[in-house]
Amino acid sequence: MNFSKIYALGLRHLYLIMNSFPRVLDLIYWPTVQIFLWGFISKFFTLNSEYYSNTVGVILTAAILYDFLFRASISFNMMFLEEIWSRNFTNLFIAPIKIREIIAALTLTAIVRTLIGLVPAVLIAIPLFGVSVLKLGIPLIFLLISLYLFGITLGLLVTSGLLRYGPSFENIAWASLFFLAPLGCIYYPIEILPASLQIIAKALPLVHIFEEMRSILINNSVNYFNILKSISISIVYFSLGVIVFYISYFGAKKRGTLINMGE
Amino acid sequence: MFIEIKKLTKLYNDYLAVNEIDFQIDKNKTVGLLGPNGCGKTTTIGMMLGLVTPTGGEILIESKNINSFKRDEILKRFNFASPYIELPKKLTVKQNLEIYGRLYGIQSLENRIDEISSDLDIKSFFKRKTGELSSGQKNRVSLAKSLINKPEILLLDEPTASLDPDIGDFIRSYIHEYKEKNKVTILLASHNMNEVERLCDSIIMMRKGKIVDKGTCAELIKKHGRNNLEETFLKLARSNDEF
Repeated sequence: MNFSKIYALGLRHLYLIMNSFPRVLDLIYWPTVQIFLWGFISKFFTLNSEYYSNTVGVILTAAILYDFLFRASISFNMMFLEEIWSRNFTNLFIAPIKIREIIAALTLTAIVRTLIGLVPAVLIAIPLFGVSVLKLGIPLIFLLISLYLFGITLGLLVTSGLLRYGPSFENIAWASLFFLAPLGCIYYPIEILPASLQIIAKALPLVHIFEEMRSILINNSVNYFNILKSISISIVYFSLGVIVFYISYFGAKKRGTLINMGE
Repeated sequence: MFIEIKKLTKLYNDYLAVNEIDFQIDKNKTVGLLGPNGCGKTTTIGMMLGLVTPTGGEILIESKNINSFKRDEILKRFNFASPYIELPKKLTVKQNLEIYGRLYGIQSLENRIDEISSDLDIKSFFKRKTGELSSGQKNRVSLAKSLINKPEILLLDEPTASLDPDIGDFIRSYIHEYKEKNKVTILLASHNMNEVERLCDSIIMMRKGKIVDKGTCAELIKKHGRNNLEETFLKLARSNDEF
């Protein structure tokens, strides 16, 4: 890995953000709207639901964590799409940068993009709704790592689709996370799902992450085994995502789509 | 021989884009790749750049198969410019050159950017976003990017397409001057016969994925009994014969 090349590619995306105030605003706007929406829903539920009555902010914390996953994945997709939209794709793929360095650069830069959007929203939630994700304590770091890895995995799968099917796959990029959201048990316990879907849901890291989040906030208990399980599952999916990306890249070279990838 | 292309073939499903072509390029020479649209020029360039996997044949650089080099090792010896690909539009000219300079691992990057931008007269719009430039300005910036690493092998795909005669002449003069001063091997795909005559030491004519003839401009004009390269091109492009 050549870190100066990873930095160069990261810098390309940071310049893109810094050059455009509307772009920064766009990054901050949606997470903030989400926080407001879920903040009020959360407030209503805590006043009217027995399940949530003792724990203010479970739903809002879930919304923030889910948004973190969503932003990570979208950031990864967006940076890849930017290369297609700007017709810079060929320049990038003929530069002396390894494919794993491209993946590393997008992965590392996606966190910056994600945090630019999410940090203001998280800070707003503290005075406005009295909810802080920091209440999750040290486990928060591990939950975020697991979520981030899974978000990047989804990004890798979508970009693999873009390499395979071209820009027409773009719509899938936006819809990708919504496919899995119902199985992620973000706002409800896994028992709500039918038994058959519970088996599938358990194969995803999301269930373990959000179950653990609720356990910490509602029962004040941390099960590090569950957290480790979610990270392990995320690592497995991430590795598969990387493999699928490489397969798509070599497939695109065979089909010749890298040379005329554009809008 | 510096570059050797042997039996290079590309088959897309049942479409034969490039059909067992053979050619060589000597070090520091400029070779023109000519042919009608869809004859396989871009696919050939794509295979040389590692963007397209050949179905058959091989590409040798200094007698070594291109696949035996590490991707980043071989690509830092190459560069490419085409009006059909662009640099990120929302980045300034300087930012784009900085990014690509870093990706190509250029030492003393500021000096190199300064040098190349003076040569190509792009300093006056250094701080403007690349997407806001005219096509002539974009073209010069694209050429600056393609020369940022002082490539040993430069692939140019219609470098003056859609430019006005003045800018087109500027680019041609610059490439001519650059190749005289620097050690660079150029493969130039173009439909501009004046450009090819001015810049190329020899030419390769392609049609329907095959090389139909090659030689110097003068040799081909004489061989086909025509007055100039354009007439020769038309004869070769329209004929079904092989020469």
